Parts: sequence; structure tokens; C-alpha cells
Amino acid sequence: MSASRPPSTLAATSAVLAKELRLERRAPQTLTAMALFSATAIVIFHFALGRDEVSGALASGVLWVTLTLAALLGIGRVFVADSEEGGLDGFLLAPVERSALLIAKALSLLIFLIGVGALTSLIFAVLLLGPTPSVTQWGSLAIVIVLADIGIALVGTLVAAIAIQTRTRDLITSILALPLLIPVLIGATRACEPLLSVGGGGLATRWLMMLGLYDLVFGLLAYALFDYLIED
Amino acid sequence: MTTTKPLYGRRLTGLAIATAVVVTASIGLAFFYAPIEVDQGFSQKIFYIHVPLAIVTLGGFVFGGIFGVQYLRTGESRHDLRSYTAIHQGLIFCIGALITGSIWAKAAWGQWWVWDEPTLVSFLIVFLLYCTYQPLRFSIEDPERQARYAAVFAIVAGVFVPVNFIAVRLASPLIHPRVLGSSGGSLPNDMRIAFYSALLGATLLFITICKYEMASKNNRAQLAALRRSISGESGDISTGRSAAPKISPS
Repeated sequence: MSASRPPSTLAATSAVLAKELRLERRAPQTLTAMALFSATAIVIFHFALGRDEVSGALASGVLWVTLTLAALLGIGRVFVADSEEGGLDGFLLAPVERSALLIAKALSLLIFLIGVGALTSLIFAVLLLGPTPSVTQWGSLAIVIVLADIGIALVGTLVAAIAIQTRTRDLITSILALPLLIPVLIGATRACEPLLSVGGGGLATRWLMMLGLYDLVFGLLAYALFDYLIED
Repeated sequence: MTTTKPLYGRRLTGLAIATAVVVTASIGLAFFYAPIEVDQGFSQKIFYIHVPLAIVTLGGFVFGGIFGVQYLRTGESRHDLRSYTAIHQGLIFCIGALITGSIWAKAAWGQWWVWDEPTLVSFLIVFLLYCTYQPLRFSIEDPERQARYAAVFAIVAGVFVPVNFIAVRLASPLIHPRVLGSSGGSLPNDMRIAFYSALLGATLLFITICKYEMASKNNRAQLAALRRSISGESGDISTGRSAAPKISPS
């Protein structure tokens, strides 16, 4: 390769993303831990609530508490390997845009979150959910999960980039990410509530719009601020 | 060189006196001039403390974010100090707003906490978020990096505040008393005068406390520098980890 032209942001992003996915494929860590955590959490909810079946607001809450806490596990791991093995320094030496790292990390986290979300809702539907959702409702559920996961991935990557430089990164990740994710949780639970009810219902667009607004605002914010977080 | 520098906080006396006068006057207005509200009776008086505290808190957080932007742009440590002070005092005012709000809820609805009141709930979430500001600063040792990360936090949190308010408001029915509607307010004139003077008092109080905190931090940094120069030590001596911004006396 000629040394005169640095690789484009797209090339850098896809290279980092491919590295993330290859790492997870060869030594599955984050995804398996998140999936196991979610499945266990649903079992715990069964005993904690003392119910065999849940529906409506309760079902929506159980699903999203599980997914949010599982997301915290993933967020906590975003930069750990790079920080420990010197990947961050290597990236900073490369003549590429720093936002490539943000985009790649957020995308890989998003892929993990969607994977865990799909798996968890299947396990949840089998084990604990009372009403059986129709195909349309599954589709609507998928839209909500994707929209919410985009917000979680963006904010999660930002929080992970802050927390990785602190001495108490596990604590900082949790206490910083949870309040920031409350609007996502509000939108996602309210949007899922009619989908998981006994009578069944449609999707309210205002919650989707709220999730979309959150994704947009924090996406722009993360893009604008990320450079300051990996400056050294 | 440090001795020729004017002491910080010398001109604060006038501001402090003005604050004391306005705060006293506004308390007097709230209790003796403003009429007793028909529905809620005497307990409505807490409105003249709660609402100004809440507004000033949000103002403090917004300015914390603005100073954070300025710090990231210029890299000057005084902006970091301002951002830190605004958020630090904002947090204290926020506790005041939460407690007075809770007392008001007890008086008006008979419960210490009501979940279907979006403004109070939003405040709790914002409070929980800003509570992580000090632990975040404390867990980063390098002062320059601490300032930079704190600025990023201040900006993210500052943007989060309105987003959070929209989300919580959408999620709950509206029962909070609307004191200042979009049409310019539904308050009678005498109540409005008392309210605005209370707001002015709270704002002045916030500014005065912030200025005193910054003056104190600057003075302490200068004192440490003087001590070092007397004892003949040179170089930058760290005085242990701190969540407060590091000031270089120049």
C-alpha cells in the first residue's frame, strides 16, 4: 500500500468493526455473558414476582430491566480489551479519523445488543410471557428494540470511553449509564406495553419518535465529543 | 509575583450585602405581601422557595455545560473551575428543591412523594445523574484529563436535562400546578411580584455562593504556592487526589 494516502474513515471503521466481531467469534465473551445474564434474570424475575406468567406493563418492565442491565455488562467491556492490550495506543498512532473508533465500537455494541435483545425476547416469550404476540407485534417489538438499542449503544460507547480512563471504571459505568438511559427505558417500556398485553395492541408512534429523538441527539453529541475522550 | 496579585473575593462584599437584602425582602414579600392562596392555603408559600430553587438549579446545570464547552474550546482552567462550581452548587440547590418539593407534595397531596408529577420525577433523575459528577472527577487522577472528562460530562448531562424532561412529561399525566403558563402566567399581580423577587433572591444567592467558592479555591491555591516558595520547594507538589479542579496560581 502506498504510504501517501491514509485510509478513509469508512475503511478504518469497517476494519475496527471486523476486528471486534472476529474477537467475539474466536473467544466469545461479551455476547455469551449478556445472553446468560438475561436468561438468568428472567428466571430470577419468575421467583421474585412469584408469577408464572406476566403481561402488559409488568411484562414490558421485566423485559426492559433485563435488557438494560444486560446492556451494562456489554458497555463495561467496550474498551477493556483495547485498553489492556494497547489497542487504543495503536489506533491513535494510525492516521485515521478518531470518530471511526466511535462508530465501529457503537456498531459492534449495537450488534451485540440486538442479538441479545432478540434472544432474550424469545426466551422471555417461552418462559414468562402470558399472551402470545402476533407476527405484527413481533415486528413492532423488533422496531422498538432496534431503536432503543441504537440509543443504548451510542450513550454506552460514550460512557465506556469516559469510564475506561477512571480507576473505578465498573462503578462509574453503572452509575453514569443508568440515569442517562432512563429516557430510553421510558420510551421502550411504554412502546412495548400494548404489544405484550392480553388483548394486544398496536405501536404508538410518539414513543418511537421519542426514541428516535434521543438517538439523534445523543448520536450527534457523541460524535462531537468523542475526540476529546481519546486525545492522549 | 503572587503578592502583587489582588486577593480574590475582595469585591464580593457588595454582592453579599445585596443578596442578603433581596433574600430577606423576598421572604418578607412572600409571607406578608402575597395573599394566601385559596385552594392550598398557607402551605402554598413554599412555592416561593421551591420554584426559584428549581429554576436556579437548572440554570446552574446549564451554565455548567456552557463552561464545559468553553473549557474544551480554550483549555483554560478557569472555565473548568466555573463549570465545577456551577454544578457543585447546582447539586446543593437541587437537594433543596427536592426536599421543598417533597414537603409541598405532602401538604398538597398528602404524600411525601408522587410519581405522577413529571417535574419532580425529572428532578430526581437529573439529581441522580449529577451525583456522579464528583465520583467521576475523583476517580481520574491526572488533573488535565480530569478537567477534560468533567467538561464532557457537563455537556452530556446539560443536553440530557431537556431530553429527560420531555420523556418524563410524555410518560405521565399533567397535574403539576402551572405557575407560569406560556401565555405569560396565571399568577395574580401581587403573587407575581413576590415570586419574581424570590427568583431574583435565589439567583443572587447562587451567584454569591459560587463566587465565594471560586474565591476560596483560588486563595487556597495561592496560599499553597506561597508556602512552597517560603519553604524553598519548587515544582508542582500534588496535595493528594481531589475532585476539585486544580488551579495553577499564575
